[in-house]
Amino acid sequence: MSDQILIETRRLSKYFHPRQGLFPSKRGAVRALEDVNLTIYRQETLGVVGESGCGKTTLGRVLLNLARPTSGQVIFEGQDLSALDHNALRRLRREMQIVFQNPYSSFDPRFSMFRSLAEPLLTHTDLRGEALEQRARELARQVGMPEDALSRYPHEFSGGQLQRMAIARALALNPKFIVLDEPTSALDVSVQAQILNLLRNLQRRFKLTYLFISHDLSVIQYISDRIAVMYLGKVVELITAPSLVEGQAQHPYTRALLSAIPEVHPEEKRERIAMPSKAPDAARPPSGCSFHPRCPFAMDICAQVEPPLEQISAGHWSACHLIHS
Amino acid sequence: MTELLTVENLHVVFQTYAGTVYAVNGMTFDVQPGEIFGLVGESGCGKSVACLAILRILPGHGRITAGRILFDGRDLIQARESEMQAIRGRQIAMIFQDPSTSLNPVFTVGSQIKRIIRHHTRASRKVTEQRALELLEEVALPDPLRIMQAYPHELSGGMQQRVMIAMALASGARLLIADEPTTALDVTIQDQILELLVELRRHVGLSILLITHNLGVVAETCDRVGVAYAGQIVEIGPTSEVLRRMKHPYTQGLLAALPSAQQKGKDLLSISGNVPNGLSVIPGCPFHPRCPRVMEVCWQTPPRLAAANPGEMQHQVACHLYSPEVAQ
Repeated sequence: MSDQILIETRRLSKYFHPRQGLFPSKRGAVRALEDVNLTIYRQETLGVVGESGCGKTTLGRVLLNLARPTSGQVIFEGQDLSALDHNALRRLRREMQIVFQNPYSSFDPRFSMFRSLAEPLLTHTDLRGEALEQRARELARQVGMPEDALSRYPHEFSGGQLQRMAIARALALNPKFIVLDEPTSALDVSVQAQILNLLRNLQRRFKLTYLFISHDLSVIQYISDRIAVMYLGKVVELITAPSLVEGQAQHPYTRALLSAIPEVHPEEKRERIAMPSKAPDAARPPSGCSFHPRCPFAMDICAQVEPPLEQISAGHWSACHLIHS
Repeated sequence: MTELLTVENLHVVFQTYAGTVYAVNGMTFDVQPGEIFGLVGESGCGKSVACLAILRILPGHGRITAGRILFDGRDLIQARESEMQAIRGRQIAMIFQDPSTSLNPVFTVGSQIKRIIRHHTRASRKVTEQRALELLEEVALPDPLRIMQAYPHELSGGMQQRVMIAMALASGARLLIADEPTTALDVTIQDQILELLVELRRHVGLSILLITHNLGVVAETCDRVGVAYAGQIVEIGPTSEVLRRMKHPYTQGLLAALPSAQQKGKDLLSISGNVPNGLSVIPGCPFHPRCPRVMEVCWQTPPRLAAANPGEMQHQVACHLYSPEVAQ
């Protein structure tokens, strides 16, 4: 079983210390991640969903060690990332890649597509000359782009085409793990469908493992095998996609998120859960369960005791006091 | 019932370095009093440009080349600039996607709202103050007194958008043009803002022209919807009709491309190709290069909006598949 696990996090936390001008702010640290324990299995898609500021992007960055965790560990194939030295970490970088939300800001506007694709290959491999060009052409083909795209520059592409190239660049070093940080949020629906199909295809073909970050629960439901719902730096519910689709979600926050998705056929909606709008301040999280000020089912205990993430059934975990009542 | 706003055969072009961009190519739709009309389409379909044209606030290189925009029976294209001044804000108000760029960061929310009220009503200081508080209450902002003192950056995106809506109401406008008002917001906040718009329609009798790319938003708020593609309306009708019995291959493609739980494990149907860039007018039906059901006639003859089902004039579609000559 343990060789099925690609990445594991143990009590992973990341705090940011906002400053006001030159001086540290008195507001205290913003907890972007707090005690996150997650397991990502090989060749699965783990979806991460939550509102802005819930820490989902920070999770992706900390997993790739693009941001150092404040405490806790990230274990990638049995190796603790925080214990690795610079060189070992650099070798591991080949295994893990990221695709960002806005493809226009993730390419150098002065680099041709060939140069952008070649950069990771030049840094990490011995491919040069004709072999390098061949690999670049192969990558372009794999994401459904014509070979002449390589001689062009970012501004000549549409958002969807550029996102394809960003995926090609992420594939360049044959990684095992790719963090997809809102990869389709900036795209139109018809183009989003093309990119989602491409990602599913590539996953099958290259046995990839995805962490798919999105605020859009319908996209997450479609693409993920398992889904982690985050709220204020914590995973509040972990559920398999089929259970979520069948309406098995337990946590009131997950259910509120589901009920807020605008549906094309609104009459098919299961329930409506209204939430007070006031999103809490991540620098001053509420006591007890951090969701209790917005929770329509809040009880006395919720303001005092923080509910732990507990297993409800196979593959389904939730952090809510309602489980016991 | 007479229409509040009628847009007829509107054409808008932009002069750019790359050449002339045909942004709106004969768009036709109307908004009834007290109605929420949705204008839906992908980026570059001309939905935003059409709305800027209604208020005649197109950027300098944009020009209305043909068509009529009737508001209360008056053609806004022919109106003098001074007449437009009296219409903007007072009759037709507009809110945009990103509220943080619409509010002035160096003035308090209160002073910005009060300035608008005074501009439109010339009321006394005390009355203005009172009216501002009422407006903030009307858009369901908690603790209006505190909000009045706050600067825009102290408010969340959802609250900022509520302030923008309050400012739009300040002038007593009858038509609100909302250009992707919830796109920058989280789903739970989006839900609340949409609910507020529906509520205002009921209470204040506001008519709303809602521009969005999200068919779910349309389904939950709009009475009627127009689907725009390449600067034209390709399908229009009551929301439930259009979303349940869509006729146009583009509308069908848009709905099929939406990821949903039901489609799990299957490839999504996507529309091949890209949205046209508008640098040339596509001959015939603008959708024909991407249409899975394209026919010979589609290459040459532009289809016109006609009843989607015999005898039913509400739901209209511009597609040769449904025109009687082709059907034979």
